[in-house]
Amino acid sequence: MIAEPDGPEDRLRRLTTIWSRAVFPVTSTSLTRVEFEEQLLPLARRLSELLRARSYDADAAKAVGAALVGAHCTDPEALARTLDCIDAYLVLYCGEDGPQDELRMRSSRLQHAMAAGYAQALRERTLAEQEAIAQAALQAQGVVAQALHASEARFRAVFEGAAIGIGIADLDGNVLQVNEALLRMFGLTEQALRGRRVQDWVHPEDAPQTWRLYDELVRGEREHYHVEKAFNRTDGTVLWTNLTVSLLRDADGTPQYQLALMEDTTERRLLNLRLRYEATHDALTGLPNRSLFFERLEKALNAGEGQRFGLCYLDLDGFKTVNDSLGHAAGDRLLVEVADRLQSCATAPGEMVARLGGDEFVALTTGPGTERTVDELAERIMNALVTPISIDGRDLMVRGSLGIVEGPAGERTAAEVLRSADITMYRAKSAGGNRSELADPEADARAITRHGLTTALPTALERGEFFIEYQPLVHLGDGSVRGAEALVRWLHPQHGVLGPDRFIPLAEHTGLIVPLGRWVLEESIRQARAWRERYGPQTAAGPLRINVNLSPCQLSHPGLVQDTIDILERSGVTPDALCLEVTESALIGADDDLLKPLRRLSEMGVDIALDDFGTGYSNLANLRRLPVSILKLDRSFTQGMQQFPADPVDLKIVEGIVSLAHSLDLAVTVEGVETGAQAEQLRILGCDTAQGWYYARPGPPERLHDLALVDATG
Amino acid sequence: MERPAWAPRSIDISVPSVSRIYDYYLGGSHNFEVDREAARKAMGFMPGLPKIMQANRAFMRRAVRYAADEGITQFLDIGSGIPTFGNVHEVAQAAVPGARVVYVDHDPVAVAHSQAVLAGNEDADVAAADLRRPEEILASPQLERLIDLNRPVALLLVAILHFVEDADDPYGAVAELGKALAPGSLLILTHASYEGIPLPAERAAGAVDVYKDIRNPLIMRSREEIARFFEGYDMVEPGLVPMPLWRPDTAPEDEDPYAFSGFAGVGRTA
Repeated sequence: MIAEPDGPEDRLRRLTTIWSRAVFPVTSTSLTRVEFEEQLLPLARRLSELLRARSYDADAAKAVGAALVGAHCTDPEALARTLDCIDAYLVLYCGEDGPQDELRMRSSRLQHAMAAGYAQALRERTLAEQEAIAQAALQAQGVVAQALHASEARFRAVFEGAAIGIGIADLDGNVLQVNEALLRMFGLTEQALRGRRVQDWVHPEDAPQTWRLYDELVRGEREHYHVEKAFNRTDGTVLWTNLTVSLLRDADGTPQYQLALMEDTTERRLLNLRLRYEATHDALTGLPNRSLFFERLEKALNAGEGQRFGLCYLDLDGFKTVNDSLGHAAGDRLLVEVADRLQSCATAPGEMVARLGGDEFVALTTGPGTERTVDELAERIMNALVTPISIDGRDLMVRGSLGIVEGPAGERTAAEVLRSADITMYRAKSAGGNRSELADPEADARAITRHGLTTALPTALERGEFFIEYQPLVHLGDGSVRGAEALVRWLHPQHGVLGPDRFIPLAEHTGLIVPLGRWVLEESIRQARAWRERYGPQTAAGPLRINVNLSPCQLSHPGLVQDTIDILERSGVTPDALCLEVTESALIGADDDLLKPLRRLSEMGVDIALDDFGTGYSNLANLRRLPVSILKLDRSFTQGMQQFPADPVDLKIVEGIVSLAHSLDLAVTVEGVETGAQAEQLRILGCDTAQGWYYARPGPPERLHDLALVDATG
Repeated sequence: MERPAWAPRSIDISVPSVSRIYDYYLGGSHNFEVDREAARKAMGFMPGLPKIMQANRAFMRRAVRYAADEGITQFLDIGSGIPTFGNVHEVAQAAVPGARVVYVDHDPVAVAHSQAVLAGNEDADVAAADLRRPEEILASPQLERLIDLNRPVALLLVAILHFVEDADDPYGAVAELGKALAPGSLLILTHASYEGIPLPAERAAGAVDVYKDIRNPLIMRSREEIARFFEGYDMVEPGLVPMPLWRPDTAPEDEDPYAFSGFAGVGRTA
């Protein structure tokens, strides 16, 4: 609609523009002013009509006022500006040609009605919005309350249905609430449990800190604590629990309640105790086992100053025979009986008996006076074994070897103590058994060294720690060097040079003697060849010979003959350059099987010497049977000749032996010649060759060279 | 009924709420005396505060219309507050019948009120969620029901980001929401700033302190900081500008000086 300039429509629009410009700044509408003006236009048109209408219509004017509120003119300033505008311009722009006084009167009345309509609409809108926001707040609170209720219901379900016991008490210890699980654990009704006080549940097995932690918690000094705790049930049984107690504070942080969570560990504890018992006790005898014994021993060894320990280590003598002959069942019954008897020997506080395994038992005594008590304990043990043990109607004599160790706490480790006891027990055993021995540090040290050497032997051979020294054998008739005895040495990295007496028995024991003996033989033969290359195959008095010792173990080794032949052949040395020395004791009671290899070697031309002759139970008649060509007289016969005049008895014996040997076509070599007088005496007695410090100590092969030279020039 | 993760343990209407204060600025009565008291206090420092809110509403209206003109029919309005008049769904559904709108607010009273207002409107709904946890917004059932993230969405963050402190990583939240938007989506954003306020900054700070006192601190950011929210977006002309200067319908010189406080902008995802 295009308004005719200054026509009624144009005038109405101008009024609306003035109105909207006046009101727009105080509205909160998001419309533009132009859009806002479009909203006001129908209102202005209505006012214009009402102004000129025949009769006054208050309700229509009220509606215009209300419409202002609908256009978001909620600021009363908008009404004030509206009324100013209407008052000033409505009649002017819309009055047309009507009577001015009446129009003014009508405009005024319209304004009154608009104001009333505006106020009523604003009041209604305000109330409606207040209602709406209050509803929304309520609604939101309802959501929260419902959620809270649901969450409470969930927590209650958790509380009631939990498998662990839950209880709440106030800070004075009064129990306020408990759940089903807790009631079941205690075997009580809720009535019986409620009103109890936490402090009533003191139990003799409470850990020392339990109630201190409790006090700290209820005083608010601690947020929670965790203990293992026992409770007495009304039926007399004990409930064991894993107990966690927490302090509950209110929103301000003030302590309010204590919350206890407990888990029934009674069965687990019993199981643990049983497992622990099984892990620490011997199933057969029921005695504590090695691990429990070590635990106790360590405790005893870690005891404070002034505390001592005493240990008896028992090994039954000949138990293997019982097992082998009567069977393991009988052996087991024997062990059980021994265990029972031992158990009754160690009943005092600080004493215990344990089975380490097999037929090995230990008894421990502790305290300040073990120097005395350990002897009494040992005596009780030995006495306990005196009475025969009856198994299947047989009375079995039981004997044992006992090693005793006693000493102050804090000096040795459990392993050291037990090793000492073990060594000492073996000392008792090797002394014939059925006795006790007291530990002796020197004996221990020897045993320990022996053990160390035994384990080091194999690698020593690999590493070339062995070497050979040679001691010349001298002809007594002309003083010429006829050969040398090879003597093996061990250059031990820690112990220095060790003689054969220190390690040959160990090597025999472990079987290492076979490879070691072969090595000695190889080395010696190689040396023999070196000498032969230097001095020729033959000295004036015969071949230069090398003497090598054979241990009993080597003697019975099946490869002896072949090994010897191989070594000789490889070196290109004739058998007559070799003399094998065998001890008399090794050949005592030797049967033909044992002698066969020696015979073979002898037939090949290898000399066999009977070493240490005269120390064993020499069966002189037996000498005939042996494939022996030389007797080596033990040094004990010649010691009496070191002085002058010589012991006449020794002289007679040696003379007899020499005469016997020569009549059997055996040569005689004497050992241990230390003086010239001795050498002279032995020459007179008819001995053939000699060795000893008088001539030379054992030494490197070059020394023999020097001697040979001396011999040649002398 | 599950208690929603966002819901406070209790609702305390004795504590002022920014959305009810906003309503009061806009002449509404969806507010309580505590809200009005805080609003009056802030207006004591900055009497023109309502004009800023009005400018926000006017900008939002223009931006929603712009989005509708660009063919966008889905609207996600985060921080929607108390619906009074000229709301996104009214503007959008007037421009595009059937346009879908999801409002998001973390104020349970605002959410409850929105539910009441939107009752019966099939194409609009409100989700209770927090801008600081955008994954909750994206996973909300209302968004699931009404918005197809494979098509462009107008994401409205009008007068909300200045209530998110840096510690709560507003940039991360905006980026995460942006990642969920299909190409051609629009980010419609306004933000408070000391820049453009026709008052000395100390005086404006008095109003800012009021928000700090009600434990809803107002974070004033510089234009440069606000521009960073649009990283990765193509700015729609005229870029990040004071609200009245963004595609005005009428001559900006008619606007109240307060309307020029803070910045508004629209960005388009590539």
